[in-house]
Amino acid sequence: MAAVQETVDRVKAIDVDAYKYGFVTDIESELAPKGLNEDIVRFISARKNEPEWLTQWRLDAYRRWLTMREPTWARVHYKPIDFQDLHYYAAPKSTPGPKSLDEVDPELLRTYEKLGIPLREQELLAGVQTSKVAVDAVFDSVSVATTFKAELAKAGVIFCPISEAVHSHPELVQKYLGSVVPVTDNFYATLNSAVFSDGSFVYIPPGVRCPMELSTYFRINEKKTGQFERTLIIADKGSYVSYLEGCTAPQRDENQLHAAVVELIALDDAEIKYSTVQNWYPGDAEGRGGIYNFVTKRGDCRGPRSKISWTQVETGSAITWKYPSCILRGDESRGEFYSIAISNGYQQVDSGTKMIHLGKNTTSRIISKGISAGRSNNTYRGQVSAHRKASGARNFTNCDSLLIGHDCGAHTVPYIESKNATAVFEHEATTSKISEDQLFYCMQRGLSAEEATALIVNGFVRDVLQQLPMEFAVEAQKLISISLEGSVG
Amino acid sequence: MTLQRTSAEAALAADYAARRPVLFGATKMRDDAMARFLEAGLPNRRVEEWHYTDLRARMNEAAPLRSADAAAIGAARERLTSLELGEAIVVVMLDGEFNLGLSSIGARPQGVEIGSLATALLDPANADLIAPPGLGEADSIVSLNAAFVQGGAFIRIPANMRVERPIALVNLLSGGPRHAAYTRSFIELGVGASATVWEISENSGGETQANDALVIKLGDLAECDHIAQVHHRGEKSIAVHTLLATMGRSARFDSFALVKDTGFVRRQMFARLEREESHIGLRGLSLLRGEEHADTTLVIDHAAGHCESREFYRTILDGSATGVFQGKVCVRQGAQKTDGGMKSQALMLSDDATMYNKPELEIFADDVVCGHGATVGQLDDNQIFYLQSRGLSRAEAQSMLLQAFAQEALDHIADETLRERFASEAHAWLSMRSKA
Repeated sequence: MAAVQETVDRVKAIDVDAYKYGFVTDIESELAPKGLNEDIVRFISARKNEPEWLTQWRLDAYRRWLTMREPTWARVHYKPIDFQDLHYYAAPKSTPGPKSLDEVDPELLRTYEKLGIPLREQELLAGVQTSKVAVDAVFDSVSVATTFKAELAKAGVIFCPISEAVHSHPELVQKYLGSVVPVTDNFYATLNSAVFSDGSFVYIPPGVRCPMELSTYFRINEKKTGQFERTLIIADKGSYVSYLEGCTAPQRDENQLHAAVVELIALDDAEIKYSTVQNWYPGDAEGRGGIYNFVTKRGDCRGPRSKISWTQVETGSAITWKYPSCILRGDESRGEFYSIAISNGYQQVDSGTKMIHLGKNTTSRIISKGISAGRSNNTYRGQVSAHRKASGARNFTNCDSLLIGHDCGAHTVPYIESKNATAVFEHEATTSKISEDQLFYCMQRGLSAEEATALIVNGFVRDVLQQLPMEFAVEAQKLISISLEGSVG
Repeated sequence: MTLQRTSAEAALAADYAARRPVLFGATKMRDDAMARFLEAGLPNRRVEEWHYTDLRARMNEAAPLRSADAAAIGAARERLTSLELGEAIVVVMLDGEFNLGLSSIGARPQGVEIGSLATALLDPANADLIAPPGLGEADSIVSLNAAFVQGGAFIRIPANMRVERPIALVNLLSGGPRHAAYTRSFIELGVGASATVWEISENSGGETQANDALVIKLGDLAECDHIAQVHHRGEKSIAVHTLLATMGRSARFDSFALVKDTGFVRRQMFARLEREESHIGLRGLSLLRGEEHADTTLVIDHAAGHCESREFYRTILDGSATGVFQGKVCVRQGAQKTDGGMKSQALMLSDDATMYNKPELEIFADDVVCGHGATVGQLDDNQIFYLQSRGLSRAEAQSMLLQAFAQEALDHIADETLRERFASEAHAWLSMRSKA
């Protein structure tokens, strides 16, 4: 089909060969020596001036990690990673205080500019109060700019780097860190626990609706640095927060490892909405380079009637290994997962979710849209399970895949496990190319083949796009149009 | 990763070494298969395809093989009479061995070749037929079957022959002390041939370990209806059933399986659609209660384009039974215009039951339509209410809905006589439940 072929060509041209965000910012970094051992773990901890309990926590994780094996069950293939050939800590040398723009390295600001990060600093200075987005930007591993802090503080919201929270709110960090993703959870989460550099910490006090969308921009910058972000979000009783995370990364020759951990905790009646747009460097036309994205994201609906919603738009990374999950512990809690995963070139995506129904009358909903093009492989892998006591559990899963081209693969691997008679689980999945009937129908109404294709692809991912906060929807749409709607513009 | 061998695995290794000199034919096939088995060991939770059916944990000890004695043959003869196989061409395997005396193959049409596997394997060329390369080879229980196979039927239907009477393959295990049996049968349908294969596998209770395989080779335009019923009673019994099917151009294969009153069963089917325009339909009904465990695992390999596959399975679970459905549809690169549809539905009647559903798609061709659906739940309260409002008691309403749920699966059996027979068996099972 001509239109699709054209799309593929355009995507090849745009997405793979001329990766828009492939540049390297020239900022001096402070690197830990290559390799990993107890001294490095202590070094990282010392750099952060961490309390003794956290140092021990890291060391325990490190010792545990030594006994673990890399997981191999995902449908991704890559050369073995030499974990001793990586830097486990990198901090920009000029770390200004987050008080004002002037203190921020101009080189860094230019990087943000190229990325198009809506820092909204200008707006704030000019007194523009609309559409506020607080940015706790992570440049490599250390947070260098935090905005809107005062306003958030007024609402009682704590939004700061986790390294800072360790000092300012040790009781919260100690109580919740590792309570959703235990230190022993899996190979990469354990590694992260040992060496995590920094990340965001959010605490929303009881009954507070966070006055703005919180967002973080991750960026991998220094050559051969592993990024080990650690995010911890706690929504106390009756609170609400929407958190946005977006990523782009500079072009690299060598694979970079990214093993982040995100923990969400929703107490009684609280709601957390977590949105991600991920567009890391996917590798060059031959599939060289590109980010290895091995992320553990999990939310715990701990209180009754709590709700956690994950939305992700995954377009980048050479390898994505990511399963944002919900543990539905509280009665009547709800988990949601909305995903668009687009793979092209030689990208490999193995992503999905887990909905673990533990409490009574818990509900979950999974909408996953996978689009594979080029020579990529795109796998949805998801688990829905109801435990014995999860009476009245309800799940609806819909995962659709669209294939563009002869050399790509789309796979669906759902695990549906029910141990309760009153649980009702529904799962449906389809894989197809763009339907000739739909195309014909659209063209019959006067659209060109190209426009019709665009319309259908748009419609295909619409369910998920709708879930994104306004601030992100635009960016996500832009990404998708770069990735797949090139033929229409 | 090599785990230490369990005592069952060690016993199997020793048993094979001891038995090797007396096992008939195909020594190379057996040795290769045994090597593969010993490499992988018994399937267990760590093997993705066996995650929900941990055979290593279930099989504490490997049971010895046993040849049927006169008493066993007598009992088998009685059982065959009570099975009422009607006008079928009957081929019997007793305790793993082909038994011509119990079989009645006189009614076979001229030209249809029915014999013992052992005899067929005197011709080494036949060894390749009973172990189609690339089909189920990675499965260690299939390897174990190939290594130990004691006997089976070897059936060839010539081109363009329509065999009207069903061919009944009856696998019987006699009672008595714990023992194991390994059979492998082969059926080839030549170009344009057609037949109905009715497979019955049952034991007489006790701790039997049955490992049966059926290899079906469908030539171009061949058509085969396959009906299987599995009854392996006994809390400690183990039954593993493997179907290996290869299909030619425009061939049709429709299979239906009824599983009930079976302690622990794994039915696995590996099918490869090798040429264009073939159709495969795999369906089944599993009725489970008590501590029963039934696993249905399918791997459909669309190696050629323009083929169609349909899977439809229903499971009713009571007591603390466990049901497993794993269906994998693979569409190879170039297998364009594949049309695949899979559905698995389960009804849970008890809070202690467990259902695992894993419908899988693995697709490397872009011009395909593939989908699957899976549901787990209980009877719809609205439907029960509707029937109650029409004057039925709650129990009657439930029973009626269960019957309907089962019947929708049974409706897929093409042969009317067999359909009614299966329906009455399902009915008996369900009414026993409602009485309880």
